[in-house]
Amino acid sequence: MEFLRPVSWEEALAAKAAHPGAVPVQGGTDVMVEINFDVRRPEALLDLNPVRELAEWDVAEDGRLRVGAGVTYTRLIEELGDRLPGLAQAARTVGSPQIRNRGTIGGNLGAASPAGDGHPPLLAAGAEIEVESAERGVRMIPAAEFFTGVKRNALRGDELIRAFWIAPASGPQYFSKIGTRNAMVIAVCSFAIALHPERRRVGTGLGSAAPTPRRATAAEEFLAAELDWERRRPLDPAVARRFGELVSAAASPIDDVRGTADYRRHALAVMARRTLTWAWNDYAPGRKVS
Amino acid sequence: MAAPVKSPGHVTAPGQGGVGDSPPRPDGTLKVTGEFAYASDLWMDGMLWGATLRSPHPRARIVSIDIGPALATPGVYAVLTHEDVPGTKVYGLDGTEDQPVLAMGEVRYQGEPIALVAADHPEIARRAMDRIAIEWEVLEPVTDPRAVIADPEGNRVQERGGICRHQPVRVGDVAAARREAEVVVSGEYEVGIQDQAFLGPESGLAVPAEDGGLDLYVSTQWLHNDLKQIAPCLALREDQIRMTLAGVGGAFGGREDLSMQIHAGMLALRTGRPVKMCYNRRESFFGHVHRHPAWMRYEYGATRDGRLLYADVEIVLDGGAYTSSTLNVTANAASLGVGPYEIPNIEIDAYGVYTNNPPCGAMRGFGAVQACFAYESMMDKLAAACGLSPLEVRRRNAVRQGSRLATGQVIDSPAPLAELLDRLEAMPLPPPPGPSRDIRDLPGGASQTTHGEGVVRGVGYGVGLKNICFSEGFDDYSTARVRLEVIGGEPAALVHTAAAEVGQGLVTVQAQIARTELGVQRVTIHPADTRVGDAGSSSASRQTYMTGGAVKAACEAVRAELLARAERRLGVPAADLSVQAGKIVSREAGVVASIEDVLGDEAIEATREYHHRPTQKMDPVTGQGNSHNQLALCVHRAVVDVDVELGLVKVVELAAVQDVGKIMNRQALEGQIHGGTAQGLGLALMEEIQVAGGQIRNPSFTDYLIPTVLDMPPMKLDIVEYPDPHAPYGLRGAGEPPTLSSTPAIVAAIRDATGRPLTRVPVRPEDISLAGGAE
Repeated sequence: MEFLRPVSWEEALAAKAAHPGAVPVQGGTDVMVEINFDVRRPEALLDLNPVRELAEWDVAEDGRLRVGAGVTYTRLIEELGDRLPGLAQAARTVGSPQIRNRGTIGGNLGAASPAGDGHPPLLAAGAEIEVESAERGVRMIPAAEFFTGVKRNALRGDELIRAFWIAPASGPQYFSKIGTRNAMVIAVCSFAIALHPERRRVGTGLGSAAPTPRRATAAEEFLAAELDWERRRPLDPAVARRFGELVSAAASPIDDVRGTADYRRHALAVMARRTLTWAWNDYAPGRKVS
Repeated sequence: MAAPVKSPGHVTAPGQGGVGDSPPRPDGTLKVTGEFAYASDLWMDGMLWGATLRSPHPRARIVSIDIGPALATPGVYAVLTHEDVPGTKVYGLDGTEDQPVLAMGEVRYQGEPIALVAADHPEIARRAMDRIAIEWEVLEPVTDPRAVIADPEGNRVQERGGICRHQPVRVGDVAAARREAEVVVSGEYEVGIQDQAFLGPESGLAVPAEDGGLDLYVSTQWLHNDLKQIAPCLALREDQIRMTLAGVGGAFGGREDLSMQIHAGMLALRTGRPVKMCYNRRESFFGHVHRHPAWMRYEYGATRDGRLLYADVEIVLDGGAYTSSTLNVTANAASLGVGPYEIPNIEIDAYGVYTNNPPCGAMRGFGAVQACFAYESMMDKLAAACGLSPLEVRRRNAVRQGSRLATGQVIDSPAPLAELLDRLEAMPLPPPPGPSRDIRDLPGGASQTTHGEGVVRGVGYGVGLKNICFSEGFDDYSTARVRLEVIGGEPAALVHTAAAEVGQGLVTVQAQIARTELGVQRVTIHPADTRVGDAGSSSASRQTYMTGGAVKAACEAVRAELLARAERRLGVPAADLSVQAGKIVSREAGVVASIEDVLGDEAIEATREYHHRPTQKMDPVTGQGNSHNQLALCVHRAVVDVDVELGLVKVVELAAVQDVGKIMNRQALEGQIHGGTAQGLGLALMEEIQVAGGQIRNPSFTDYLIPTVLDMPPMKLDIVEYPDPHAPYGLRGAGEPPTLSSTPAIVAAIRDATGRPLTRVPVRPEDISLAGGAE
């Protein structure tokens, strides 16, 4: 196995072009486990840690945050938790502190697991993934188009993930995840919600509930029409319940070692109802319903 | 030959504490700082790496094996199959040699070893292993243990059967009692396969010796029993194999069976080179036996006021393809099948069976854990049927000293169950949940599944009874050698046993005993090896009792000799002398000499065996007999918050009361109770090897979940000391009982919160949240 260690982004792109089978590695919390257990044997590893710029984030001209693929979960929580609460909540549920110190959203996107904790909040927030190749330059991929199958994403062989672009929260955001233990657990299923009051839209993201992370678009449409954005009237419990049903209906879960399809559908409905309730109570304070 | 790097050396016990104190562990700081040398750290220049080819099938015939391509791989030094086993081709525990060293024509469980490779790099060994070509004839696995009982011949997976052991227990007249019972309750219960989940995988190093024998450094629970099994397979005499305990990263029963010992020995003998074997996490799940899964049917009859009249019980334990510990696990399930309650009429049928499911054997609690989940669930059912509290129904039926167990054995040392329950009841409950709570204190924890919605609190109780030391007539003993001499002007004791420190703190308590008995401060622990007599296993909560007893006896012999020398030297009768804080003290004159004065440059050494009193086999028809040496009780109260909509659980508090006879080391003891309780929590809520068609579905710590600090709550402990007159210092084994009682307590608390029947552990979220989930 070749071990490639570019020190600049340009070198990294050149290396990826020359070795399309090379697997990029950041924290190694996923890639190295698979190699250690002989689950995969990539022809080459492309270590992106020396590419320092990937570990940076900044605010772009359009006001969105551009977060480098090498920013760790820990830094995301500490440095961006106020602007990206949904993503930070998801980041807090990733592995142990040691894993969060090494793991990155870039790696999560690269692995494209249906259970990746970062994906539902990226979907709910309408994030875009900035990918690049030496030959064709930059391509922006909406999160909703990024996941193409179980552990497959829209990247081409010569492309690398450089950053993701995400608007700071304009309204309440929540992330909720089922696990059969209270920490350090892979999602049985997960759900993210983001209210976008300025657009009178609601974003959603489902994890571990289908071959790919996905949005519940019918549920989003339903809420956009039902919620009283103007007068901020209390949430009708029937609306919250219906939202839960629509989220559940958007899933195509399976029975596996972590849980049953029936339980996943049930849990998604509960999480969707609860997170919507929390979010709307934040948006319409003083008129709480539980 | 020089010792390998990272092999264990003498360890000087820190601190000054004797029996009853809590001196620091010799290995504590090293383990916390990551410097402790585990068996996986063993290293020797020029060593080869061994790898094991394992069966992908739970049951299949090997039509042919071609090792040619593997052997031709550069860097490969040996590829061995069963044809290369130098001696006996099978081994096993308790004289049941039915486990092939390497598969002979047929595999009977997924992961069964087939061939071995030695190479100069572990990766080369693995790749060569992949080149061993096997032609299979895949067979339908036997996976339903109840079908085996119904038709043992039709579901025979190996020569022995069928049924490994059927142990009945018959007391009184159940049919007559059934007619008199005013209240009858019944239930069916199931326990999934729990794994020991020790963090240090199976590892060891075999070094060929000049005499044609081997030096074997391994992580095990019982060096001498390993040796007894290894030597015949390698066609060596026992004295040609020198075993040394390498650093053990947890055991919990999973190291009672051999893993890589014979394999590494074969490769080392064949290549003439040191060979290291170290399983990875996935392989470890296939490399050791697990806790027997159980299917249990219970019926209890009682008077209207909750006094038990009869128990009718069937327990089925699945041992997998080979015997391992199934004979004894089945006996435990039978003899302890109704727990610490007086029941005048009993019919128990406990079965251990062979199947092609994962192999099962010893794990902390050893047959008593499975039954405890069932009988405690039954006690709660009885309480509900009689309108009594869970504690009251237990008190009304509780054993005490003088009570008869199901086996007819009279409990002849304190068994204060009613008092333990009173003490448990007296412990204050945690405060009810406040209005605003950190999500980490709620079910789901940091995953934020609730802000308090759907959360209901429940309280439950569990009682467990565990036998301590080996049962059923086994001549159970341990050996200790103690040497006292002056080193650097200071008296120092060297304690040498073959007893395995597996993390429980045995080396600490050995030093405490030596300090107390010899009146010295400086105590060094010799590495555990086979150059001293058998210590028995670090199992059955027995090492402080047995090896502690042996160290005490050896120290007493050394002390007697020291005082005899003092008598000769000082003219004071030894009977009037004692040793205290390094001095020889006369009853009348106080300090009369120092140990250094008496010893000079001579050493006193004594080796002693300690045997506990004899026990008896259970009668094969009635199950009667004094089969156990000592019995230990622990009681638990669990307080849980359950998210009833999502089925997620947060254990808020666990309280335990345990009678330990004598607190030898409070810190280590509390660690045992905490750890045993946590392992019981794991079984209640998450730990299960999931199996489909004989195949393990979750051989990783990603999907085999063990509790984290956010799952295991703070504990309240009340430790009681009623000495057992038969035991050294009056102590009672303490490591296993908490593992029994915490599981049913937690499940009872979830039932209390949800009203769900919950007849299976581990309890899954869907058992709670989906209608009909567990019914």
